[in-house]
Amino acid sequence: MDFDLSEEQSLFKDVIGRLLAGHYAFAQRDTYARSETGWSREVWSRLAEMGLLALSFDAAHGGSGGGPVETMIAMEEFGRALALEPYLATVVLGAGLLRHCASAEQKSSLLPRVASGGLILAFAHTERQSRYDLHDVACRARRDGGAWILDGEKMVVLHGDSADVLLVTARTAGGRRDRGGIGLFAVDAGADGVTRRGYATQDGRRAAHVALANVRVDAVAALGDPEGALPVVERVVDEAMAALAAEAVGVMLALHAQTVDHLRTRRQFGAAIGSFQALQHRAADMYVAVEQARSMAMLATMMVAESDHLLRHRHIAAAKIQIGRSGRFVGQQAIQLHGGIGMTAECKAGHAFKRLTTIDTLFGDADHHLCRLAASGGLEPD
Amino acid sequence: MDLRFTSDELAFRAEVRGFIAAALPEPLRTKAALGRPFSKDDVVAWTRILNAKGWAVPHWPVERGGTGWDPVRQYIFLDALQQSGAPQMLSFGVNMVGPVIIAFGNEAQKRRFLPRIANLDDWWCQGFSEPGAGSDLASLRTAARRDGGHYVVNGQKTWTTFAQHADWMFCLVRTDPAAKKQKGISFLLVDMRTPGITVRPIQTIDGGFEINEVFLDDVRVPVENLVGAENEGWDYAKFLLGNERTGIARVGQTKEWLRRIRRIAAQERDGEGTMLDNRRFRERLTAIEVELKALEMTLLRVVAGERKSERGKPDPVSSILKLKGSELQQATTELLLEVAGPHALPWQPQQEDGWNEPPIGPDWAATVAPSYFNHRKVSIYGGSNEIQRNIIAKAILGL
Ligand SMILES: Cc1cc2nc3c(=O)[nH]c(=O)nc-3n(C[C@H](O)[C@H](O)[C@H](O)COP(=O)(O)OP(=O)(O)OC[C@H]3O[C@@H](n4cnc5c(N)ncnc54)[C@H](O)[C@@H]3O)c2cc1C
Repeated sequence: MDFDLSEEQSLFKDVIGRLLAGHYAFAQRDTYARSETGWSREVWSRLAEMGLLALSFDAAHGGSGGGPVETMIAMEEFGRALALEPYLATVVLGAGLLRHCASAEQKSSLLPRVASGGLILAFAHTERQSRYDLHDVACRARRDGGAWILDGEKMVVLHGDSADVLLVTARTAGGRRDRGGIGLFAVDAGADGVTRRGYATQDGRRAAHVALANVRVDAVAALGDPEGALPVVERVVDEAMAALAAEAVGVMLALHAQTVDHLRTRRQFGAAIGSFQALQHRAADMYVAVEQARSMAMLATMMVAESDHLLRHRHIAAAKIQIGRSGRFVGQQAIQLHGGIGMTAECKAGHAFKRLTTIDTLFGDADHHLCRLAASGGLEPD
Repeated sequence: MDLRFTSDELAFRAEVRGFIAAALPEPLRTKAALGRPFSKDDVVAWTRILNAKGWAVPHWPVERGGTGWDPVRQYIFLDALQQSGAPQMLSFGVNMVGPVIIAFGNEAQKRRFLPRIANLDDWWCQGFSEPGAGSDLASLRTAARRDGGHYVVNGQKTWTTFAQHADWMFCLVRTDPAAKKQKGISFLLVDMRTPGITVRPIQTIDGGFEINEVFLDDVRVPVENLVGAENEGWDYAKFLLGNERTGIARVGQTKEWLRRIRRIAAQERDGEGTMLDNRRFRERLTAIEVELKALEMTLLRVVAGERKSERGKPDPVSSILKLKGSELQQATTELLLEVAGPHALPWQPQQEDGWNEPPIGPDWAATVAPSYFNHRKVSIYGGSNEIQRNIIAKAILGL
């Protein structure tokens, strides 16, 4: 057993860290966030040059042969920098779905464009009523000769406003909450009948509300089995949760360091506030929470490649629970220990707190996964 | 021991509830239902409605506009007000500077300021904290130098809530630079229109603008605006901070929030049912209700004790109210965030900011995450929760 990074992986981590450090000064981040896309094209093309946008692709599609560990490393660095680029949406979710279920033809038409930075993808899944249930899909797709017609609404489509292609789940058969009968379709974001309302999210990123009215797509737009997309969706969402766990760890590490720094420098009552034992203990508890999260992010990373999908999902859900809880504690306490300054938009701590809050909400918060995991027999069923 | 309200008290509660239900204007009722923040105009309008009824400053002495209600009735009134979702009275006036002027001000100050506070003709803000003086308030440095009939004030205040709306600011200033810490501080009333005052807004993490920096640059304040005696201001500040004991717990408000959460949870889907059918969620909601009931009983013990003891004397028990009250407000905003789930994610400007697009997602959801973020403040201001624990450990436990 070895938890250390290889020399190559450490180098990889340093390179990303340096790239982001050079582009993510606090004021710069704010400029990206306020721009039309809400992130930086410049950073995106640098990530493409480094091969990061094709991390887990086959060599044939421009891939650099990385695996879950490389994704973990990259996500952790994105977290540290509070980077805004659509990596999760395009590479982890979008390209992940393509990798796992697209035909060779679909892959070779789309993946190289993702790799080069020229194609932004978004996963259009959540609906008004679905909450976090991946099988709850009301949006419909019906056959029309050789084509498909899509109707429905998707909410909080991460980076849906800047996406070129939307990967849309839609019901091709069965009832709203049936596990079977769900298809996955690659829909051109500019197609007739697609309306997108883009907006900022609470953590300063972007998302869109997407309405599909009589949207007609060719047969080749269907990815994989048009009635059996759910297992792939579940797998890719597990991968996304593992990636988010790593990102959250990066956010927490930086936030904790910033808080400890504040305890050292802020003086009240003639002493550094870090000399008060109550605050020392709080900072120590935060440290414990971050390390617990880090351990579970590693577990989740290892589980990405697990072929037993129940085992995989249970452990990644457990990681999501830990990340949610640690993230909440670390985020809230970071604000508290900063005092008034922590409540301001001028302080990075609040942005980290908001990102951690959002990460908990994405794909199910700690309590959601706790209930589901408990109902399915717990983490270690007999 | 008798834990019930008397029949007179129950009749009084019905009267208060009836009045609020009839008098609260419809637009304010709608805002409350959607959890939207009230504007300055909303607070002014509602204060004037209460003042016309004679209920804007019930806890003040009768000769200054108070109602003469005993502490239990005061509590019943405040609780009903908080539960109604109506705007809160502007604390800086009615609970902070008002009582200080009543206790330590001269007759001219009382005549000049008190009626205008009760009617919210003057909007007050609190100029205590400074960049270097937060929890350690006594280390404040803003200085007032006597120059004939004026004090000349120089320095900086920060985190000043609603300074952007304010006509007046009550301030702690250092009048004796030689004296040790608490000794050389005075309590000064500053007209915000005086030349030399600059207000700079500070955006909070929820995107809102409620706090400010206030810079004071050779600001000339007439000596008649000194409250009480020079260099005695620290005692008045302590009186002020320990004074607002029943309001700070906001039990009524949290009760109302919990009811709102229950209503929303009954509509939001979770699995085959609603969030309210989710057992874990119900248990968490109930656990908050239990703690809130405990706090309410603690609060009533304080209130009933007040009837017997000397009024206005700071009581370290108020630290319990601040500590638990703020924690329960935070737990409640957190719970609503979880009910909202993905609906909490879109960031939407408020209607007040000139935003008139249809809401993204359900109309109640827009303020959920901002409210959760914003309420992190309640364990920081008004003496942080760490400071409250220090007070309990020192003043009550003698550690
Ligand atoms: C939204 C908001 C509105 C406000 N409105 C006003 C206003 O209108 N007027 C006004 O005057 N002020 C206002 N304040 C200021 C508020 O009172 C201060 O923020 C508060 O006193 C804490 O001071 P600080 O921010 O400097 O934090 P610090 O005092 O630097 O505290 C930082 C951290 O250290 C902890 N700490 C400090 N000392 C100790 C100790 N001895 N033992 C253990 N822990 C300790 C604190 O609890 C906190 O967690 C407001 C603050 C906020 C956030």
